[in-house]
Amino acid sequence: MLKVNNVTKRFGGLVAVSSVDLEVNEQEIVSLIGPNGAGKTTLFAMVAGFLKADEGRIDFKNASVLGMKPHQICQLGMVRTFQITQPFAGLTTLQNIMVGAYSNTSDTDLARTKAEEVAEVVGMTSLLNQGADGLTVAGRKRLELARALATDPKLLLLDEVMAGLNPTEIDDIVKVIKGIRDRGITIFLIEHVMKAVMNLSDRTYVLNDGKLIASGTPSSVAENPQVIEAYLGHGAAEAMAEGG
Amino acid sequence: MTNFRNHLYFLFMGALALIILPYFISSRFYIDVLTLIFFTAYLGQSWNILGGYAGQFSFGGVMFFGTGAYVSSILLTTFGFPPIFGIFLAILGGAFLGLIVGYMSFRSGLRGSYFALITLAFAELLRVLANSVEFTGGGVGLFLTYAPGLSNLQFETPVGFYYFALILMFISIAIVYWLERSRFGAQLVAIRENEDAAEALGINTLKCKIYAIMIMGAMGGAAGTFYAQKYLYLDPPIAYSIHLSVEMLLVTIVGGMGTIFGPLVGAFVLHTVNEIARHFIDTPGLSLIVYGLILIVIIGYLPNGLIGAFKKKEKKSDSTSLDKKTSREDP
Repeated sequence: MLKVNNVTKRFGGLVAVSSVDLEVNEQEIVSLIGPNGAGKTTLFAMVAGFLKADEGRIDFKNASVLGMKPHQICQLGMVRTFQITQPFAGLTTLQNIMVGAYSNTSDTDLARTKAEEVAEVVGMTSLLNQGADGLTVAGRKRLELARALATDPKLLLLDEVMAGLNPTEIDDIVKVIKGIRDRGITIFLIEHVMKAVMNLSDRTYVLNDGKLIASGTPSSVAENPQVIEAYLGHGAAEAMAEGG
Repeated sequence: MTNFRNHLYFLFMGALALIILPYFISSRFYIDVLTLIFFTAYLGQSWNILGGYAGQFSFGGVMFFGTGAYVSSILLTTFGFPPIFGIFLAILGGAFLGLIVGYMSFRSGLRGSYFALITLAFAELLRVLANSVEFTGGGVGLFLTYAPGLSNLQFETPVGFYYFALILMFISIAIVYWLERSRFGAQLVAIRENEDAAEALGINTLKCKIYAIMIMGAMGGAAGTFYAQKYLYLDPPIAYSIHLSVEMLLVTIVGGMGTIFGPLVGAFVLHTVNEIARHFIDTPGLSLIVYGLILIVIIGYLPNGLIGAFKKKEKKSDSTSLDKKTSREDP
């Protein structure tokens, strides 16, 4: 469904993302993990059209999306959420979600119905008339999810929807994400919360210093020495092997 | 639903009151003040669409007004083209100017104060241009002849202009009323609140902002024709006066940005305060100081305008209305 081929992004002398290849197939939940500053969000931004890749190809549903504007990519069925939540602060939850719903209809009543439906999926029904600026962190993360979902995407790009949530809230949102997949939506997510990554993803890619260093099932990736070193520092893998 | 009906009922009654008002007012002065209030409210509303709803503050709104005024007036003086049709060309001219200014500034990503400054620059540029080219009459200006009649959009009594301005204002309120309930309005508000998020959710932000400035331009164009036919004289300092640019944003900010009635409330309050200050204070210049002080108080203590202050007291508004929410509700 999504094919990223040899994509590179430079900011001046810094190579943020370097020759990355990855693929997301229909109905999968694929995760992208890596230490801070690894280039995950940059990669997402390129896929969603917010940044222009310097090299490489990005194909969605077998057609290149390179050079397209974010709104065009959204209309094709690929929509992103933001790591730092970007609510329409002056509007209510319902109005926020309706903005997403309007991408498929110009009818206000249809958009409202769709928004209410989506709110139910993410568990925000009781918050519909609340101002988005008054939502908790968990609420805002859900709102990001809801707005994106309201555009009827084929592929959802979730950028750290669990960051800053407590364990109970994480369990809740994991359930929501699984529910979304069961509705036939493919999910590609960036995540730091390992428990959720293990629990959710079919496959995982690991990015470090802009390069892919591993990929595969979450458990195989977690045992990969290169991944352990990337997270815990040089020599960590050996130390762990010796220790136990 | 009953809430909605109530709303319409009040709207209808208010409109009716304004329509029959001239039958109860014999003073030419009051009719003129009211005409001016409607005219300013109308211009404020045009600013409100781009500034209050789409969040793009322009500081040169007068450029559409001036261009519209010149379009219909030049057509009239040179070709004898009747203003009743000329006003539509003025509308087109304003919209076209909006397209140019919007495309150039939004395309290059100008936002906030940069956009405000570039619109100011455009207005000033047009003023200088109008001063130096021949077909605008240059610095001498254009004199229109007084020939009352509908085809000239001129009227024998001030009441005629009262209704002309009232109709313009009704149309502007209808436009914003539609905006509040349409997808386009929701998209503009989304752009105001967070442009990146709006873009991510499939909104063509460039196109929406250009449409918004074109609507503003079209409305400003019609206002230009109104002004020219009422005052029968036009020169570059009038057509492109910074004062009018400021006034249209002032009435909107004082009344309440991003609300349907903000511009009208603001225009009413500011004009009334102005007239009262002028009436009761004889010392020259002092009335302006009083006017300025009241302005400072309103803007300092009511950051969301008069409508915003009023709304705060309401518990919960219609949840689908796009009025800027002013109260912070904690979870």
